[in-house]
Amino acid sequence: MKLTGKTWKFGHDIDTDLIIPARYLNTSDPKELAKHCMEDADPTFAGKVSPGEIMIGGKNFGCGSSREHAPIAIKEAGITVVIAESFARIFYRNAINIGLPILESPEAAKEIQERDEVEVDLDKGIIYNKTQDKTYEVPPFPPFIQEIINAGGLVNYVKKKVNANG
Amino acid sequence: MGMTLVEKILAAHCDREQVKAGELINVKLDGTLANDITAPVAIREFNKLGVETVFDKNKVFLVPDHFAPNKDIMSAEQAKIMREFAYKHEIVNYFEIGEMGVEHCLLPEKGLVLPGDVIIGADSHTCTYGALGAFATGVGSTDLACGMATGEAWLKVPETIKFVFKGELQPYVTGKDLILHAIGDIGVDGARYCSMEFTGPVIDKLTMDQRFTMANMAIEAGAKCGLFEADDTTLAYVKERAKRDFTVYKADADAEYCHVIEYDVTNLEPVVAYPHLPENTHPVSDGKDIVIDQVVIGSCTNGRLEDLRVAARLLEGNKVNRKVRTIVIPGTQQIYLDAMNEGLVEIFIKAGAIVSTPTCGPCLGGHMGILAKGERAVATTNRNFVGRMGHPESEVYLASPAVAAATAIKGTITDPKEIKPFEEVMK
Repeated sequence: MKLTGKTWKFGHDIDTDLIIPARYLNTSDPKELAKHCMEDADPTFAGKVSPGEIMIGGKNFGCGSSREHAPIAIKEAGITVVIAESFARIFYRNAINIGLPILESPEAAKEIQERDEVEVDLDKGIIYNKTQDKTYEVPPFPPFIQEIINAGGLVNYVKKKVNANG
Repeated sequence: MGMTLVEKILAAHCDREQVKAGELINVKLDGTLANDITAPVAIREFNKLGVETVFDKNKVFLVPDHFAPNKDIMSAEQAKIMREFAYKHEIVNYFEIGEMGVEHCLLPEKGLVLPGDVIIGADSHTCTYGALGAFATGVGSTDLACGMATGEAWLKVPETIKFVFKGELQPYVTGKDLILHAIGDIGVDGARYCSMEFTGPVIDKLTMDQRFTMANMAIEAGAKCGLFEADDTTLAYVKERAKRDFTVYKADADAEYCHVIEYDVTNLEPVVAYPHLPENTHPVSDGKDIVIDQVVIGSCTNGRLEDLRVAARLLEGNKVNRKVRTIVIPGTQQIYLDAMNEGLVEIFIKAGAIVSTPTCGPCLGGHMGILAKGERAVATTNRNFVGRMGHPESEVYLASPAVAAATAIKGTITDPKEIKPFEEVMK
């Protein structure tokens, strides 16, 4: 699958409170969560982001809470893929589990600038920065994680297993 | 090749003789936890799975603690989703507000987590149970939903960083100061994806309450879990509480660690983490000019009886500064009751603090103690991210209950030894 879009760039240690502050967690409606996505990092983000755009983060992206509301808010806001120097562990799992593609590439995340036009080939693991004409390769996911992604997330993956055993 | 503590526990839960760091495995779960924020999302995903009910109605733990007693209509609707699910599936360990507490104080207290267990929880501070020698880790709601349905979870076996604490603890230096010191040293991603194993002569002497505090904050260094080997202290704690068998695992002498980090803590002062990351640590003496508007003593990090005891003894005979709103939150109903019976609640009230029913509220800016723009709090909680306790332009300083209580009295960040000698407080 190929994804193309303009980028939004954030810094290091973007925590889950910045992605979706707890004061909005009295709902789990994805549309409501998306309205406040990144609010404490950039209050204008949710109003400006367009469907199909790409998010860039620094190191330790998604650190903090286990709240799945964070990747849900990012996905619902229209972001199709997050590229970061590194991801915090729980956020990484959550993103894969809900089917939000994420790619770890320190070089790409450092060099891509805000509003660059970027193309991502998820199957081949290639990030192409059209604006800068630079290409980055990303190591493929382990086969087991690839299976979860191919199934469309963990629920579909487990559902198949449960039904096969049942 | 020997195994680390985490490898031992995980191998036993996938029926293998041996597992190695880096392997992807499927483990059997001894417990699954969710709260009033994460359970509704988990229930939505659970209902998509097409299973009739949960894998074991005794091993699903549901605790409404974040926005409960419900702070508004929307949070009441979330709690209702959870409550109805609990009743429909006859969940044994659903704790309505009259019997509840902050989840990570409650589950160990009720004996629901025991040494050698594997637990996943849809709350990042699930790692708290590492204090008992259990593997416990935070996951999201979808992981939790699948865990509730199947009793299994996939995990990558983490590498282990071994921390050895040596030397003599100075007065008022506690588990909170040790973990803040370690996070300040390795950074908020210093143990990303790893198990932190806490060892050494200083650790051997720590009480359970202080071990819970340290394991609780392993996630603040990015770790998957923070583990202590179960010893006599652990067994004394679980003896009264365990209603089933458990296994104590120990690391092998020839286990392989990715790092071994040693600290001599003899010269360590109480530690305060400044905004906006737990790694931004300073000795308490650096903060004497920082004026504080609010103090919060509580949370899954430091809301246990020992925490309330030290705070109360410092506050006894003193008044909180009239410019410092001081909020004390016992971690569970039992801790609240014990604090009342010991006279601690009376001390807090006479000192001018308020005492709240158990809740996670202020720790995450949910309710009960939200900060206005420009305000500063000292909190015994675990995170000081931007906007964590309220306005994005407010600030949270993380510290031990002793530092928090001393600060409440003075109005600026204060070393507790300036209030009372340690020997007097610990008598």
